[in-house]
Amino acid sequence: MTKLRSRLAAGPYMAWMIIFMIVPLLLIAVFAFTTTAPFDRDGNRLEEEEAALIMEEELAEWEENEVPLEERESAVVEKTVFTVQNILEVNKYMPTMLNSIWMALVATVICLVIAYPLAFMISRMHFVSQKMMLMLVMLPMWMNFLLRTYAWMTLLERNGLINRFFGLFGMGPFEMINTQGAVILGMIYNYLPFMILPLYSVMTKIDNTTIEAAQDLGASRLSVMLRVVVPLSVPGITSGITAVFIPSVSTGIISRMLGGGTNMLIGDLIDLQFLGNAYNPNLGSAISLVLMVFILLCMSITNAFDEDKEGGMLL
Amino acid sequence: MDKNKIIELKGISKAFNGEQVLKSVDLDIHDKEFVTFLGPSGCGKTTTLRIIGGFVTPDSGEVLFNGKKVNHVPPYKRPVNTVFQKYALFPHLNVYENVAFGLRLKKMKETEIAAKVAEMLDLVNLRGYEKRSVTLLSGGQQQRVAIARALCNEPKVLLLDEPLGALDLQLRKEMQIELKKIQQRLEITFIYVTHDQEEALTMSDTVVVMNGGEIQQIGTPQDIYNEPINAFVAKFIGESNILPGIMHEDYKVEFAGDNFVCVDKGFRPLEPVDVVIRPEDITICPPSDTVINGLVESVIFKGVHYEIMVRAYSDLWKIHSTKAPEVGSVVGIDFTPEDIHIMRKMENSEDYAALDHLNGEEAGTID
Repeated sequence: MTKLRSRLAAGPYMAWMIIFMIVPLLLIAVFAFTTTAPFDRDGNRLEEEEAALIMEEELAEWEENEVPLEERESAVVEKTVFTVQNILEVNKYMPTMLNSIWMALVATVICLVIAYPLAFMISRMHFVSQKMMLMLVMLPMWMNFLLRTYAWMTLLERNGLINRFFGLFGMGPFEMINTQGAVILGMIYNYLPFMILPLYSVMTKIDNTTIEAAQDLGASRLSVMLRVVVPLSVPGITSGITAVFIPSVSTGIISRMLGGGTNMLIGDLIDLQFLGNAYNPNLGSAISLVLMVFILLCMSITNAFDEDKEGGMLL
Repeated sequence: MDKNKIIELKGISKAFNGEQVLKSVDLDIHDKEFVTFLGPSGCGKTTTLRIIGGFVTPDSGEVLFNGKKVNHVPPYKRPVNTVFQKYALFPHLNVYENVAFGLRLKKMKETEIAAKVAEMLDLVNLRGYEKRSVTLLSGGQQQRVAIARALCNEPKVLLLDEPLGALDLQLRKEMQIELKKIQQRLEITFIYVTHDQEEALTMSDTVVVMNGGEIQQIGTPQDIYNEPINAFVAKFIGESNILPGIMHEDYKVEFAGDNFVCVDKGFRPLEPVDVVIRPEDITICPPSDTVINGLVESVIFKGVHYEIMVRAYSDLWKIHSTKAPEVGSVVGIDFTPEDIHIMRKMENSEDYAALDHLNGEEAGTID
């Protein structure tokens, strides 16, 4: 009875998962492994050139006999067929893919380096100051994502605030916008809170007496960090890496706004296949699928470090 | 100055958020001594321990280790180790690695570490637990790991902050005896913090009774129990009848409406004093003119003895006896001059306030 009830309680979530996660994933997979190919009326596969020839002849015939549009019936029909061509074609975009992963990796590492000491400092503060600092960390997130990124555009521009400041000292102007650095900066700025928060939440659970015990046993500040704080915050580190790396690797907006189209990321590429003039949903799905496999691989590597599985995956 | 002083505190004061926690504490701790800081919560005993450990810096005064000032020496450079109240084990390490923590920091050889850890685990009876996760151990076992971990570094002084507080009574008594044995075997100084007077009396060579950020009395357990210096100490260490009295001359004191011969001297003539008589020192006798007579108000069976409350005039006497008189009967209260302990009145009223707090439900034993 209670078992049934608890299953019912999971119902809405299961429905949500199925409709918005499983089905789209399956659709992506289907798109990725299919393409449209020409067939004749008897169901025989035609070569592309063959089909084009037939259609050309048909058209000429229709034009000559002035067949009305609604009565024109082609001998060639398009059918969806299984193919690995899309997946193989992704290979062409491997440099973009690797570039995306590289940039996301750099952004993630920098986020970790900035967030780790900060999160530790916050976790050792007085309770009231902790809340205050956390609010400051989250404050930028209350603003619209696009707005935040636009703000960076105006700051980094050739005639932007930063260059004008340097100009006062006779320096510059520097090329800041439309560089890889600007894109990475955008990633760090936007996703830093996602690194700080899981680190902070794990670190607050580290008791001060545990740190005192380590000091008491002869550990210097550095030893305390390396031998106690870092091992105890591994779940936070893995969650933080996940939370920053995944949106960074798949972002399209940041690179378009701050990279100026010269630094195309895999996110832009996928975007182009669905909404852009390179319209090809099959190829777009294939790229998405490969990216997903890539991310899953990365995640399983980071999760291997988190033996306790305490942090939970943010996938 | 005797040579075996290992730690000296000189005029240590400390305030937290404007609240004075320690008021000019002076204390000498000797080599191989088992010292206990005893007092109610908030008396400053833990703060004193943390100052010795280096986790708290005193506002004023000096901390000396072997005659050298160490006020600003960080904890990891002090020859002391601490057993923390909540054990503070490293949850990410197993029993072996917890104990080996200090040795690894010293970059000892793996074989030496293994030998030392084995020795320590033997000492605390935890052989065979090496590979266990500390989070899966019982409270008593965790405490043993904490002790082994602290002793592994071979400290000159071991600090213990209410280490048995979280254990049940039976286990606590076992651990008390074990700790004392360990201390005697290793011949090092133990500084032990507790609010449990029985624990303090059982284990210590020296008991330091603290209250309100001040040391009330320093002495052997026998001294503290038999010759409490003031009403607070008398009340805190064991049970007592505390009565206001007047010292007429040496060996002559007036209290409970009568004059008594006592063994104390050196008071001003007519100095007001506190008179302490332990419940177990009183014998119940048939009523007569030579003793105080009173009405038995209640008799409670306590196991080893009965606790008998007798009212004589305005005073309520607590008496421990193996024989129970009948409630409502009149009995005589008899004691010898040696049983009368005379104490100077405490100087500040705060101490009396703390005393009232201790009294709790058994009000009436002091006026």
